[in-house]
Amino acid sequence: MVIATLAFYLFSAVAVLSALMVVLSRNPVHSVLWLILTFFSAAGLFVILGAEFVAMLLVIVYVGAVMVLFLFVVMMMDVDFAELKSGMSKYVRIGSLVGLVILMELLLATGYWSGWIVADMAPDMRAAITPALSETQNTIALGSILYTQYVYLFQAAGLILLVAMIGAIVLTMRHRKDVKRQSIVGQIYRDADKAVEMIDVKPGQGL
Amino acid sequence: MTIGIEHYLTVAAMLFVIGIFGIFLNRKNIIVILMSIELMLLAVNINMVAFSSFMGDLAGQVFTLFILTVAAAEAAIGLAILVVFYRNRGSIDVQAANVMKG
Repeated sequence: MVIATLAFYLFSAVAVLSALMVVLSRNPVHSVLWLILTFFSAAGLFVILGAEFVAMLLVIVYVGAVMVLFLFVVMMMDVDFAELKSGMSKYVRIGSLVGLVILMELLLATGYWSGWIVADMAPDMRAAITPALSETQNTIALGSILYTQYVYLFQAAGLILLVAMIGAIVLTMRHRKDVKRQSIVGQIYRDADKAVEMIDVKPGQGL
Repeated sequence: MTIGIEHYLTVAAMLFVIGIFGIFLNRKNIIVILMSIELMLLAVNINMVAFSSFMGDLAGQVFTLFILTVAAAEAAIGLAILVVFYRNRGSIDVQAANVMKG
């Protein structure tokens, strides 16, 4: 119990501090790296909560794919980031004011001072009751409802990914005119009549 | 001292507010704005998983999976738009984005 408490405070402190560094650091590459640290600590929080599958998903999908995508894009562009940061100090005051107000509201709503109270009827309204951890692993329990109760949402998620993939390809594809390309149709329809030309060369004359 | 649900909600609230703060702070740098949106989505995910764990309802974790899917799709599309924008304008200044209207 003590270890879980300590781990919670460790992970949450690292998550919040590295999230702050994401928005404050001058170099976007550093921002991406701090964001990776944030996701790792959030995955640690998920493990403490008993959601191992989501934690591993966060590490594999987020750190492994999305953040690498971010790194690629940041490094691909040759941008003067110092110039982009120039107006930053102008917005610190209004940003912290709005952030503080929203944080206070959220803390009031989440019961930071009063404690969170669950309504009496709430346990009866659960959509998918978690089976006991001693009987079923988290991944198995998740899979058994994901492919039955939520199968349409699962298909919709697949469609969203397909649309995103096609959209990203269509957006970034460009047909460059200045490159020589292989024309496969032209190669297939090329026959001896078109490829060979018979020239009757007169004696004593060149072509 | 035991860790209750309000502790997780507090951490999520802080991450969410940091995301909002980041959008205010980096108004010109669209890459950091995208990262701030990712932070806010992560905060929502922490809320979902915390409620799922403390209420004993797996639906929260299922919805976390869907939020992750949508976030990944959003990042891919956003970065694709960013690449096209950079290719056309040679800069990623958001305040110059209104030049493209029409």
